[in-house]
Amino acid sequence: MDWRYLRRRTVNIINLTASVLATVFGLFWLLWILWTTVSYGISAVDWTLFQQSTPAPGETGGLANAIVGSLIMVGLATAIGTPIGILAGTYLAEYGGRTFISGTIRFINDILLSAPSIIIGLFVYELVVVRVGNFSALAGALALAIIMLPVVIRTTEEMLRLVPSTLREAALALGAPRWKMVTLVTYRAALSGILTGVLLAVARIAGETAPLLFTALNNQFWSTDLTRPMANLPVVIFQFAMSPYAEWHALAWAGSLLITLSVLALSIFARILLRKARMEQ
Amino acid sequence: MMTNLSPVVDATSKIQVRNLNFYYGKYLALKNINLDIATNKVTAFIGPSGCGKSTLLRTFNRMYDLYPGQHATGEILLDGVNALAPKTDLFKLRARVGMVFQKPTPFPMSIYENIAFGVRLYEKLGKSAMDDRVEWALQQAALWNEVKDKLKQSGMSLSGGQQQRLCIARAIAVKPEVVLLDEPASALDPISTLKIEELIYELKKHYTIAIVTHNMQQAARVSDYTAFMYLGEMVEFGDTNTIFTNPSKKQTEDYITGRYG
Repeated sequence: MDWRYLRRRTVNIINLTASVLATVFGLFWLLWILWTTVSYGISAVDWTLFQQSTPAPGETGGLANAIVGSLIMVGLATAIGTPIGILAGTYLAEYGGRTFISGTIRFINDILLSAPSIIIGLFVYELVVVRVGNFSALAGALALAIIMLPVVIRTTEEMLRLVPSTLREAALALGAPRWKMVTLVTYRAALSGILTGVLLAVARIAGETAPLLFTALNNQFWSTDLTRPMANLPVVIFQFAMSPYAEWHALAWAGSLLITLSVLALSIFARILLRKARMEQ
Repeated sequence: MMTNLSPVVDATSKIQVRNLNFYYGKYLALKNINLDIATNKVTAFIGPSGCGKSTLLRTFNRMYDLYPGQHATGEILLDGVNALAPKTDLFKLRARVGMVFQKPTPFPMSIYENIAFGVRLYEKLGKSAMDDRVEWALQQAALWNEVKDKLKQSGMSLSGGQQQRLCIARAIAVKPEVVLLDEPASALDPISTLKIEELIYELKKHYTIAIVTHNMQQAARVSDYTAFMYLGEMVEFGDTNTIFTNPSKKQTEDYITGRYG
């Protein structure tokens, strides 16, 4: 009787300690990474960072071209990936049901979700860059859009599935056609959830380097021409961090900090939205 | 057991169900149902869970059409026209046959928009005509006085009983002829239930009402006719007084007196 109780308590304490230690172990590295990024990055952040383009070795400069390039490409990728992703997710949740075709789409989408981003970079390289003959911001945006797509499809489907089916029946029982039910009722009920998915997908592609190496490459100068190579934060960080120049190192840290902070901001915003979505349901 | 009900058009019946069989896939859930639902009366469906009363209700507006694998055979005549015919315009059918569900289902929009949603599907009304319609529907559902100052608030901010009356108002706003109520008060507290019952009593002046309920006192209080169903069959159907005081079948009597179910 007593020893059983003792055993339970002991097992409980051991398990609790083990899981707390595991959490601390995981968080330790995360905090270390954050701390390193902030402490090295913050010293390089000043106004010139946003005003000047990436410098030649030995000169001073900023990241203006890379910041704008990243914004343009991520923006363009979001503009391509979001509508397609939401429509596909809508098909899976509202129309496809359990049919063979939607099962297949779901399966392929899950594979795409976990596909290494470098493969997608190579794919767009073969598909666009090789045929057109040069690296371009458009190819970069396309690669990012493809990476974003499965995330948006998945979250859209899941968020729409959270909408109770009684709500759908209520709309249809009034005699609403299906498309009106979807656009006026279920979208509205799942809005914050779907937006969260889009934000998380944006956060995911904001730091992608590998696909851009093969598509948009980099540009040392200011350029907003979508058909030419375009500077972007991840590739600039990659190249500058590998270089032997101290000024470039500092800029790479500053770029890392910018990406980390924007992804963090996006995630926090997404979480707030998601909490709102849960409360509504 | 079936008395021979020939499909004679009875002038006072709104819906006539003839030889209705309903299948969930291969499973036969409704077995040869025949009954008439009287115009501007309340017809209640009672019976233990799984007896098919909700299934029957959902055939009247062809809600089952949403789900592949479910189908019905036989006839449901709405004013003499078979609603089960393949060429039936479902939008028009559902405009004529409104439905309110067990759980309140307000749409995620304002109280006003909840009502206007259905109306806009069929009519193009100007601002003031729509305002009038919304007020009319809310008044019919005995909700106007409680919400007239907060029409812009979300329909989901209302209490459960108010939400259910909002759903009734939404169904009425499109001016249906028949209103189907699928256990409309089972998720509500006694006071809200009483309000819904009083509402049903008022509504039958203008609408034909079919209500599914688990609550036998409720069926006795609100309905003019009662149908007792068991295992997919219509065991007994007649006027409510007779069913509750002098049922002709032993099964009905056992159920009503609480001996099983």
